Amino acid sequence: MSTKPVMAPSTGTTISRRGFFMKLGILFNGFAAMVLALPISRFLFSSITRGRANGYLSWVPLGNLSNFPEGETRMTTFRNPFVMPTDGKTVDTACWVRRIAGDRFQVFAINCAHLGCPVRWFPQSGLFMCPCHGGAYYRDGSRASGPPERGLFEYPYKIENGVLTIDAGQLPTPGDPVASLSAEKPPCV
Amino acid sequence: MRVITKIGEWFDHRLQLAAPIREAAEHPVPRNTASWFYVFGSAALTVFLLQLVTGILLALIYVPSGGEAWSSLQALNHGVTIGWFIRAMHGWGSNFMVAIVLIHMAQVFLFGAHKYPRELTWIIGVFLLLMTLGMAFTGQVMRFDQDAYWGLGIGASIASRVPIVGPAVVKLMLGGPIIAGATLSRFFALHVFVIPGMLIAFVGLHVLMVLKLGINEWPMPGRTVKRATYEAQYHALTKSEGAPFVPYAIWKDMFFAAFVVLAIAACAYYFGPFGPTGQPDPTIIQTAPKPDYFFLWLYALLSLLPPSLETPFLLIGPPLVIVGLILLPFLSGEGEKSWKRRPIAVVTVLMIAITLGTFTRLAQFTPWSPRMSAWSGDPVPDQYIHGTTALERQGALVFQVKQCRNCHSLGNIGGQRGPALDSVAVRLTQDQLIRQVIQGGGNMPAYGNNLSPAETTALVAFLETLHPATQSPARDAARDLVLSESKPKSATQP
Repeated sequence: MSTKPVMAPSTGTTISRRGFFMKLGILFNGFAAMVLALPISRFLFSSITRGRANGYLSWVPLGNLSNFPEGETRMTTFRNPFVMPTDGKTVDTACWVRRIAGDRFQVFAINCAHLGCPVRWFPQSGLFMCPCHGGAYYRDGSRASGPPERGLFEYPYKIENGVLTIDAGQLPTPGDPVASLSAEKPPCV
Repeated sequence: MRVITKIGEWFDHRLQLAAPIREAAEHPVPRNTASWFYVFGSAALTVFLLQLVTGILLALIYVPSGGEAWSSLQALNHGVTIGWFIRAMHGWGSNFMVAIVLIHMAQVFLFGAHKYPRELTWIIGVFLLLMTLGMAFTGQVMRFDQDAYWGLGIGASIASRVPIVGPAVVKLMLGGPIIAGATLSRFFALHVFVIPGMLIAFVGLHVLMVLKLGINEWPMPGRTVKRATYEAQYHALTKSEGAPFVPYAIWKDMFFAAFVVLAIAACAYYFGPFGPTGQPDPTIIQTAPKPDYFFLWLYALLSLLPPSLETPFLLIGPPLVIVGLILLPFLSGEGEKSWKRRPIAVVTVLMIAITLGTFTRLAQFTPWSPRMSAWSGDPVPDQYIHGTTALERQGALVFQVKQCRNCHSLGNIGGQRGPALDSVAVRLTQDQLIRQVIQGGGNMPAYGNNLSPAETTALVAFLETLHPATQSPARDAARDLVLSESKPKSATQP
């Protein structure tokens, strides 16, 4: 109580032994934080970097061509290629397959190009309608009305040994319509 | 009794907390702040503590796994004793919490409590509001059902619109390329660890500052705030007409807190828990996802904004509002506190409340959404078929089959996306009807590709019968003339 701790008189230029060690201590902790920062941020941002490195996309079979009658649009489902053990049913994805004629297809994402709600196909009026905010699309996926700023997202497709296959694996969003990047636009019907 | 005192003394000798606690409890507050208007802050704190308790109880059963969350909620609802009630308490507690925080904020603003020297208390309060909304949104995800799944899709779609970093933000938010197990896990971490941790810290600071700076005195018109003199005046006020917070003011807080807890319990008991709705299975698309109550206004806004304004509004609007709220105490840090002398403040609060209320109300019956089952479920009312020709009846059939009813109502039944068609023939001539059906426009899709000429003729013939008996349908006089000249012998009387 009565004894005051002895403090080295420090002026502007000189640095006390304790002051030096305290600064060194701060520096040392900063170094430790930096050593940990790298693995922590790599872990934290792995969902972004992983997509860049290996890519989340791959070719997914949708079924035999015979499942898709010409001139019709049908819903089908596929399992997302990127799966984690706790995903449950969420990896089952729906999409709309439109077989224009022969080998010419259009495969639309189920997600509305406005805010991602599931669009439904109405063959009688030839429209996709969204239950959320009232977006509507024509049979070729182009925007018909409502808030969407663009047509439906399309998956690139190819036909291998009579099986329709699409390049899928990522939720298409207005800012990242990954599915439509390499899609070849079929002639407007 | 003596033993208890002894034990108490033993602890306090080591903790030394009794004196500061007594000092905090008995700090003098202006007498007129012992008011029923001043109970919302403590009520928000009470509901927060209640949420902590019910949240921990739910975590005893709940499994934050994409594959099992939904069934663990079912177990809570149906399998675990009183599980439904705890879920209902947590859900209703969330609604009460947002409501009370908003009321508290409006009250504080109208009473000028954000002014000097309580600017930082207000700013921390703004962060507390954001965290409360964050808890409400992440909590909706915890109820991992169809609404939660598609709600996440909406969140991802909004986040993706951020320039440059949007796609990366989406992957960070979802924890992967799609909405899946990792998404639920990270929202669980936010809802259970990150945001509550920050909430506890910020609530502590918020309450500490109320203690340090004193509760805002009851605003008197004419008693203005000046930086130079306010604190001296406040201290003089608490000296001259102050009273100890405990018990002078606290009993009203206690009564209201207990009332709110009982109100939450009553709502939970009578209305039950929220959901879960259908399983989070993206292949079940027969769903019309809707956000929880306090995000309904946003749902309405996203439907009603013109498409070109939506992205700028979503990306610029929220930061602007937040910055505005943070700057508020610096822009109006002095001057009148009383709402009686601050008409713009009163009008602002009313405007915001009316706007949010209107949007919320609209979102409860979503007039902008097509009614997906109207075409097969809502028949054309009898009176519109009565005494029609075969062609017109054929048109009524086309009208049903082509899903016109999903967006247009007849006899107040059907969708409300487009205008009601009960008297469409009064508004549009035959030519205009044909043009509108074939080319669309004004937010209506074009049906040219999906109607044969015969179907169009029948449909328009039916639409032309849709006018009140007392009003004749619209007609184009010039066209009548052209027709009469080309066919001089046919009758041209309308």
